[in-house]
Amino acid sequence: MAVGIIGYGAYVPRYRIKAEEIAAQWGDDPEVIKRGLLLYEKTVPNQDEDTVTIAYQAAKYALVRAGIDPKEIGAIYIGSESHPYAVKPSGTIVAEALGMTPEIHIADYEFACKAGAEAMFVCYSHVKSGNMKYAMAIGADTSQGAPADALEYSAAAGGSAFIFGSDEEKIIAEVLYTYSFTTDTPDFWRREHQMYPQHGGRFTGEPAYFKHVVSAGRNIMEMAGLTAKDIQWAVFHMPNGKFPLRAGQKLGFKKEQIEPGWVVPWQGNTYSGASPNGLTATLDSAAKPGDLILMVSFGSGAGSDSFIFRVTERINEVRDMVPKLWDLIHGRKFYLTYGQYAKFRGKIHLNPDV
Amino acid sequence: MRDVAVIGIGITKFGELWWQNLRELYVEAALKAIKDAGVDHLDSMYVGCMTSGLFCAQEHLASLMADYLGQRHIPAYRIESACASGGLAFRLGYIEVASGMSDIVLVGGVEKMLTGADATFALASAADQEYEAFHGNTFPGLYAMIARAHMAKYGTTREQMAAVAVKNHDNGSKNPNAQFPMKISKETVLNATPVADPLGLFDCSPVSDGAAAVILCPVDMAKKYTDTIIKVIGSGAATSTIALHQRDDITFLDAVHAAGKKAYEMAGLKPEDIDFAEVHDCFTIAEICCIEALGFCEVGQGGPFSEAGNTALDGKIPINTSGGLKSKGHPVGATGVAQIVELVEQLRGTAGERQVKNAKRGLAQNMGGSGGSSVVHILEVQ
Amino acid sequence: MIVPRHYKEMPQRYKLQGNRCKACGKVFLPPRLVCPCGSQDLEDYNLSWRGKILTFTIIRTPPVQFKYQKPYAVAVVELDGGGTIQCQVTDTPLEEVEIGKEVEIVFRKIFSEGEAGIHCYGYKCRVV
Repeated sequence: MAVGIIGYGAYVPRYRIKAEEIAAQWGDDPEVIKRGLLLYEKTVPNQDEDTVTIAYQAAKYALVRAGIDPKEIGAIYIGSESHPYAVKPSGTIVAEALGMTPEIHIADYEFACKAGAEAMFVCYSHVKSGNMKYAMAIGADTSQGAPADALEYSAAAGGSAFIFGSDEEKIIAEVLYTYSFTTDTPDFWRREHQMYPQHGGRFTGEPAYFKHVVSAGRNIMEMAGLTAKDIQWAVFHMPNGKFPLRAGQKLGFKKEQIEPGWVVPWQGNTYSGASPNGLTATLDSAAKPGDLILMVSFGSGAGSDSFIFRVTERINEVRDMVPKLWDLIHGRKFYLTYGQYAKFRGKIHLNPDV
Repeated sequence: MRDVAVIGIGITKFGELWWQNLRELYVEAALKAIKDAGVDHLDSMYVGCMTSGLFCAQEHLASLMADYLGQRHIPAYRIESACASGGLAFRLGYIEVASGMSDIVLVGGVEKMLTGADATFALASAADQEYEAFHGNTFPGLYAMIARAHMAKYGTTREQMAAVAVKNHDNGSKNPNAQFPMKISKETVLNATPVADPLGLFDCSPVSDGAAAVILCPVDMAKKYTDTIIKVIGSGAATSTIALHQRDDITFLDAVHAAGKKAYEMAGLKPEDIDFAEVHDCFTIAEICCIEALGFCEVGQGGPFSEAGNTALDGKIPINTSGGLKSKGHPVGATGVAQIVELVEQLRGTAGERQVKNAKRGLAQNMGGSGGSSVVHILEVQ
Repeated sequence: MIVPRHYKEMPQRYKLQGNRCKACGKVFLPPRLVCPCGSQDLEDYNLSWRGKILTFTIIRTPPVQFKYQKPYAVAVVELDGGGTIQCQVTDTPLEEVEIGKEVEIVFRKIFSEGEAGIHCYGYKCRVV
């Protein structure tokens, strides 16, 4: 039985901050950031946006492309490391607002930047096992990065939603293979009650990102008996502009194969929504029927889930039904000063209301 | 139904009255009215107050005020209809006397707003809480939306609205009880801090403390207390949707129109028979819409009509001779009663510098929310 | 504690669940049991997520729970297919908010209750 994505959608906010603006605040050289990390600007959530509203919008677009009754969806899993509540699910809000309740299984996932991809993994498995007809996976974040930390140049807002199903005529991208590679590697974390995450600096590179991403990519390709030449497009988790290009290079991919989903220089790292947005951007732009797409996520802590998809004819029917991610990234946008950004992101210490 | 007269009036200064609390304000106005009337007892009492609960965490006002007024054991009622609470309390007091149930009735209105409570939030409770206030709209915001629609539909200008504020401050400068008794220029209004576009600070009535009270009795009995019989000849009240977006025409205050129509019919009068009026100018645009709904000018023409001076003290129909809510102040629950106080001053000929010549019939129009309720009274000196 | 009140209005705030009078065709949000025309024969009706601005204002002196959002626009929106609502205009420069502008309804956080209360989600609009 073929199982795959039958509907997908992405969303990023309209607000942006440029690398230059952040660099000016902290005395960094913006050219070093732009050249070194390949990060030019990032999305910032409006004050009324959070993981729930981003997930909602992406899910709404996915439902339009899927053309199914929301009540038929058996599960919704939202992966994020910025759920608006520490205790209370995000998924219930999105499911209620989109008319999926009450006969639905809901859980929120958290695994640093991998939570969206792991939701995809579980949704795929549910449909594959016959547990349910459709399942929706969302990766969305309003990412946290401490002021003056290198992460501040990348931590962005956005996300993607995917509905998995097995109706042959509805599948847009069939899942051919899945693979997971996970170890205990403390490269990035946030303790309870801390506002911002901590990270291991250069330790986040070789032992964390590259070890897991390259292993998950290499092993799934071996499992499939495929090489980078057989796969048209590749998406790797994008903590900055540079890492995914280097990971791709190690696996034999050319920059051109990565570029359709390489949204990070203009979008930033949307954490749980990073590799998911890479996949939607690829589906929205370069993917043609018959193409294979490799997607490798990465979540600190650390692990990678990888997928190989085969695109179907249906991509041409659904692509233009809703706004495409690249159009949202390069469309209407409003630039913020650092002060406005600090206010939007709740970084200013305010008086409590009396 | 018996004919009813107003035989006594009392009012406090309006403003930031840090040294008087809710009960003291009320009792001051009530004692003045009792003294003015010369009555030695009350049969019953009505207290108009919008939201002492949110401002002062105090409800159960009718008993509290009766007790502190030295009237323990009289029946007393607290009436709430947002900013029309005072006017509606007056109507109920009038009905009680007219019906024959009571002879001497005191109607008071009070609001203590400067208590540290968020006035914007408290006042927004007069809007549809779940469908207007929930979305962050405010009272200036609601009237600003009326203004924007009125400007788009009829070509009303900010200058025309400013003329209302300038005129009301002119009148208020002659009222010793006014909160802001200073004359202002059109430029002051136009250049004021924006509050809710297109309304600025000087398009808005202030946040005020204050109280007002009147004494009612049957006309037949009034002769015992006074030679100047001021009779209630028209009373009308009406409601409409409190959510502005559900009104058929956002620019037209249909509750004001309906209340006015009933009052005119009862009095057997037309708008042109009225010598002067107090109308609910919580915002400059509100006065423009009210005079339209009351028929003092054509619908849509309230702006040019005001700008041309027709509503000034010496104009065709003097409006808000007291200074209105804008200059006199707007302690919401007190306002409707304070309007009656001004009518009586004018009809007695005791309004001093702001006296309208040959004032025989006056109209008071009080309004709740963005026009979700309104009450109109017409008084005539016999 | 706003929870029970907000919970009750969630179908309206999340899905624009209203109703329509079968006698006169008027559309309501929230749903009414009695139409102003007098009819009690109303049917469930979900309002459209597109419409146009009938009037608006820009709030510069907000109530306390909105104080860090100022200035923001609030509009009366007439929805395609009937019904009018009041909501904030988001994601739109204030100078672009005008009477007659086409808007789409979006799902947003309206406000959060204090430091530790719930987030209240609902509809806003943005100029398309």
